[in-house]
Amino acid sequence: MTEAIDAEGLIKRFGPTVALDGLDLRVRTGEVHGFLGPNGAGKTTTIRILLGLMRPDGGTARLLGGDPWRDATALHRRLAYVPGDVTLWPSLSGGEVIDLLGRLRGSLDRKRRDDLLERFQLDPRKKGRTYSKGNRQKVALVAALASDVEMLMLDEPTSGLDPLMEEQFREVIRDEKRRGDRTVLLSSHILAEVEALCDRITIIRDGRAVETGTLADMRHLTRTNIQAQLVGPPDGLSTLAGVHDFRAEGDRVVFDVDTDALEPALRTLVKVGVRTLVSQPPTLEELFLRQYEGGAR
Amino acid sequence: MTGVGKLIRLILRRDRVLLPLWVVILGALPATYISSFKALFPTAVARQQYADVSVHNAGFVALYGQLSGSSLGELTAWRAGFIPVMIALFTLLTVIRHTRTEEEAGRAELIGAGVVGRHAQLAAALIVAFAANAVLALIVTAAMIGQGQPGAGSLAFGLEFGAAGWAFAGVAAVTAQLTSGARAARSIAILALGVAWMLRLAGDISAIGSGALAWLSWLSPIGWVQHIFPYGGNHWWPVVLTVIFTAATAWVGVALRARRDLGAGLLPDRLGRAAAAPGLRSPFALAWRLHRGLLFGWLAGFAALGVLFGAVAQSTADLVNENASLRDVFARMGGASALVDSYFASTAGLLGLMAAGYAVQATLRLRDEETTGHAEVMLTSSVARLRWAASHLMFSLLAPAAVLATAGLLEGLTYGAISHDVGGQLGGALSGMMAQLPAAWVLAGVAVLLFGLLPRWAPVAWGALAACVLLLLVGTTLQWNQWILDVSPFTHVPHLPGGDAVATPFVVLIAVAAILTAGGLAALRRRDIPVG
Repeated sequence: MTEAIDAEGLIKRFGPTVALDGLDLRVRTGEVHGFLGPNGAGKTTTIRILLGLMRPDGGTARLLGGDPWRDATALHRRLAYVPGDVTLWPSLSGGEVIDLLGRLRGSLDRKRRDDLLERFQLDPRKKGRTYSKGNRQKVALVAALASDVEMLMLDEPTSGLDPLMEEQFREVIRDEKRRGDRTVLLSSHILAEVEALCDRITIIRDGRAVETGTLADMRHLTRTNIQAQLVGPPDGLSTLAGVHDFRAEGDRVVFDVDTDALEPALRTLVKVGVRTLVSQPPTLEELFLRQYEGGAR
Repeated sequence: MTGVGKLIRLILRRDRVLLPLWVVILGALPATYISSFKALFPTAVARQQYADVSVHNAGFVALYGQLSGSSLGELTAWRAGFIPVMIALFTLLTVIRHTRTEEEAGRAELIGAGVVGRHAQLAAALIVAFAANAVLALIVTAAMIGQGQPGAGSLAFGLEFGAAGWAFAGVAAVTAQLTSGARAARSIAILALGVAWMLRLAGDISAIGSGALAWLSWLSPIGWVQHIFPYGGNHWWPVVLTVIFTAATAWVGVALRARRDLGAGLLPDRLGRAAAAPGLRSPFALAWRLHRGLLFGWLAGFAALGVLFGAVAQSTADLVNENASLRDVFARMGGASALVDSYFASTAGLLGLMAAGYAVQATLRLRDEETTGHAEVMLTSSVARLRWAASHLMFSLLAPAAVLATAGLLEGLTYGAISHDVGGQLGGALSGMMAQLPAAWVLAGVAVLLFGLLPRWAPVAWGALAACVLLLLVGTTLQWNQWILDVSPFTHVPHLPGGDAVATPFVVLIAVAAILTAGGLAALRRRDIPVG
């Protein structure tokens, strides 16, 4: 499988601050890739390097088979970018900005543009200075999504959208997935969004990729939450390897269990006798928290 | 009014370098004239001769205002006559920077949600502006008394400067309420200052001639403060008039602020086009959209100045014919036509500096686009960096040429029509204006170099322009060393019409501008964007 983005060991310093500290990022062609990290982790800096706006102090990056710095102009014809903090020219209307950006890139699907304007309920006649943050973001999203490009780079694209518009956005990205020929890099700190949309994710912290893979891969690293009503006393369960945060109230037990200790834990439960059982898969939230709690791993 | 004290401290903290810099420099400047006037004109007779020639020189009157007498103090106050305009400019920029700019950036919202009154932001900005100009007035007064000048005249002199600042703090308080964009608010305030200056100029030049239009000076706050005539008339009532004007405009500003929402302007925002016009498809088309308003404004201003300068040129020529006692002096200087030529050359020098200001402003738009994030959008839409930069630099190069040509053409045409010599005057006036262009380009080059190499320091290009203005207005008055004056590109521009139009200085200035620009662009290609 070809790779749309292949970055290795990216290093970027701003004066004394180290923004990227050996970051690796691989995105396969045609996938929706989540780029997950808190504010200040280095997501925007990585994207700016990939877009040829900034030059790394170390490491290599390839984008769509080209050099992001040297081939910037040619590569930009094949991608569309939505910055995290969208600002529009105060005197231009939203419609004008959408058309201008599309024409500069050389590809704008008029029908899709109008369709997207309707889906996002955006008035294209308003001037840039009168749009709210969410509406500015919609302008940039429409401009990006309506262009016929191989790749979309979206930097926290929903941070100003209301829940209804967020759902519209997800719907549009799902359409993109069904088409299957567009690669999407979606940076976010909203876990539910990445969980709902992405084929694979990379988690970044302090300028390094700490985890990368499919959601299923990552669940191996985390725990399942079990709540059960038992027939008898839960002997030996609390001391079983891989069981955490064990609590018992009467005949009810609640605990977390590592994925590879799930089988022995369930055997123990069955041996005691189970009246009811609720098991919850790990959410990305928990996964995220575990990545970040306590610093180094 | 809750929280005004805290906001004042915030303003002073943010302006801790800039504010003291211009207050002290502009306040202390006039006193330095005294010693050089003493050296240049050691006797009362020498001063009187200088005053006799200067009092009817239309170029001088245009720049500095009317001269009331020949004492050391009067000569100094007269020669410092352009400084009130600079004080007014810095003051109005300060007020808008701490009111509308804050609001547009959304920072006022952050502050407005805290424990501060509705009018606190405007009140704090005005109090700082009033206090800064009061300090400036005191510095002028103290420095002049320190040079042995009379106390009453020195106080009047200080008030001339301070009151100019107060009046335009009030004007800025009003314009900051009109539009939702700081750029437009700033432009309207500067336009008001420009009109005030032109009214003063037209009235004063008329006053040395027929006097028919002398009343125009009295429509302008700049005219009022210049009619204080420190050390001569020591008129106090123009000060009172200016203070009343200040109070009235400040009150209007507060009243307008009370009638509108945070972030909104009084002039409504209109809806735009739903789809872009077919022509909006290149960075150059976008640059035209972004620059055209400014260009039309500058064109209108320069057109008005061209007509004005051309219209009053006749009074310069009339002097020779009407004034028998000065006829010999003027004859030695080359007669009426030489006098008009030298007047045109000095108007060209003045407009050259202004055109350089426009060149710097147009160039720094690049930095503006970078910090607002617009550059990022353009540069990731398949627009190469140099092409993006070129789209704005077109305006740094060509727009100053357009405004200077407009002023030159209208100046020549107007005076030509009055003197029935269009063919003879047009070329002279135009050549004088266009000769300034390479020097303006050098300043644009400085701005490009800073933008490419040290983007955070790009606004220092304004400092370079201010240095050129000081060298022209002050350096020549004080007769500083030639090598200091040579730092300014404007020193090297031949005085046209009338002077020798040699090619060398033009070639050198254009080469310097080209090298600076190339250096800046080379650095831009290598650096990160954006640099915050």
